[in-house]
Amino acid sequence: MSLLYVKITEKPLALKICDTYFRNYCHGVRENHMSKILGLEGTAWNLSAAIVDENEVIAETTATYKPATGGIHPREAAQHHANNVSDVVMKTLEKGGRNVNAVAFSQGPGLGPCLRTVATAARALALTLDVPLIGVNHCIAHVEVGIWRTAARDPVTLYVSGANSQVLAYRKGRYRVFGETLDIGIGNALDKFGRFAGLAHPGGPKVEELAKKAARYIPLPYTVKGMDFSFSGLTTAAQESLKKNDLPDVCHSFQETAFAMLVEVTERAVAHTEKKEVLLAGGVGANTRLQEMLRIMCEDRGIRFYVPEKRFMGDNGAMIAYLGLLMYRAGYRTALSDSRVNPNYRPDDAEVVWR
Amino acid sequence: MAVIASGAEAVITLKGNIVTKARIRKRYRLLEIDEAIRRERTRTEARLISEARRCGVPTPIIRDVADFEIKMEYIDGTALKKVITPYLCELAGELAGRLHSCGIVHGDLTTSNILLKDGKLFLIDFGLAYLDKTLEARGVDVHVLFQTFESTHENHEELIEAFKKGYARTFGDAGDVLERVKEIESRGRYA
Repeated sequence: MSLLYVKITEKPLALKICDTYFRNYCHGVRENHMSKILGLEGTAWNLSAAIVDENEVIAETTATYKPATGGIHPREAAQHHANNVSDVVMKTLEKGGRNVNAVAFSQGPGLGPCLRTVATAARALALTLDVPLIGVNHCIAHVEVGIWRTAARDPVTLYVSGANSQVLAYRKGRYRVFGETLDIGIGNALDKFGRFAGLAHPGGPKVEELAKKAARYIPLPYTVKGMDFSFSGLTTAAQESLKKNDLPDVCHSFQETAFAMLVEVTERAVAHTEKKEVLLAGGVGANTRLQEMLRIMCEDRGIRFYVPEKRFMGDNGAMIAYLGLLMYRAGYRTALSDSRVNPNYRPDDAEVVWR
Repeated sequence: MAVIASGAEAVITLKGNIVTKARIRKRYRLLEIDEAIRRERTRTEARLISEARRCGVPTPIIRDVADFEIKMEYIDGTALKKVITPYLCELAGELAGRLHSCGIVHGDLTTSNILLKDGKLFLIDFGLAYLDKTLEARGVDVHVLFQTFESTHENHEELIEAFKKGYARTFGDAGDVLERVKEIESRGRYA
């Protein structure tokens, strides 16, 4: 009680009191003590650096690896990142300023060669700027940036990208995985099918366009096992189906089947956790049909649905910087000796220290 | 008639001691996909509920089956999720073992779908159940249950160990399935 009578005049002291007693109610005091974090992302084909503070993205620079043929070649993607990372970082520092409080980087999951390249750059940068290093979980960064950029507070998140397809929700100190793919990610499934059909990488957006011209639905295998889903059987069946059917019809049927599986598991997670919000994250989240299906599901359940701006859905440096900022403010630091990358870093392996 | 549960998939109503499970239309998916899934799941569910009971797994008695709904006996019990203990997990293990011995995979083995009534566990909601004797299917079944231990209960290691004990008691291939569960967990999902 005596605390209420302390006259807060000195800013650092006020901040300390705030941190200790009123963690989430200190924005007024904090205004003069904003943190600025540089984040580095490069788990797969997109290399991106960004500087953010509590309120906005101050600078962001991106260089995207584009395979000449086929899909992502991990070694070539890593080579691309190695060739471009200094340029991407320099441009970001020029625009955002060198006075950052920490350097955050994607520690995993991702393609090993890409992760190692970007982690090496992050370590060198942190040492050069003489600031702490913060290793973040890539999947959680997708969730947190979505919460930052929308009105969502405690959502069930459907995170769909090339390699990942997961249904996540926060519970007791962790982001728990409620359901996930048993084989390949939905984005990979779409791309793989697209390549087979002669569409250039990435196939997802082209499949979406073609699907709009479909005349009918062709039954394809629908595989939900409890809270998990699987896409490899569906992909093979869709490829087979091309022998006898028109491409737009197969694209439509592929999307309708795969997305119904994702939405079904998301709804089950909502029912199980009794949360009132759904957030869509990841590059495949840009698909307007998937958004529509989730929106309908949420309407019917009387819960809210959130989709961030497109720039925050696919892999981006801002999300890494932002999660780095949350962790930095919570006092989390990654020692150099603990900064090794983890290609299989699961979101439920990361302790949530900032909520 | 009172609505006793409105899950992600079905509305369950109670009248007297008869429960009606009606699979509801999902507007988000195409009518063709929706009806095919609802019809197929209703039919399979009714068949497997009866089959499981013949194999010594307590389940509700089926009264009637229509296109998208099943009428069955009401089990007035408590969800395992609310009363979970290592001992009950051991009993759940025995139940899963008997089910798998019989060739049935539950498909949604969670702590919400196991009910405790008069000291006895009942298995409900066979909505995603199917016949399958492969290690993979059985492994995924057990893996799904372990995931609900992990995602909703803190002392999950202890619960998992207790489950394994019961599971091995009633099911000869338990060792192989539990090996497969480890593999499913560790499978590189960032492929």
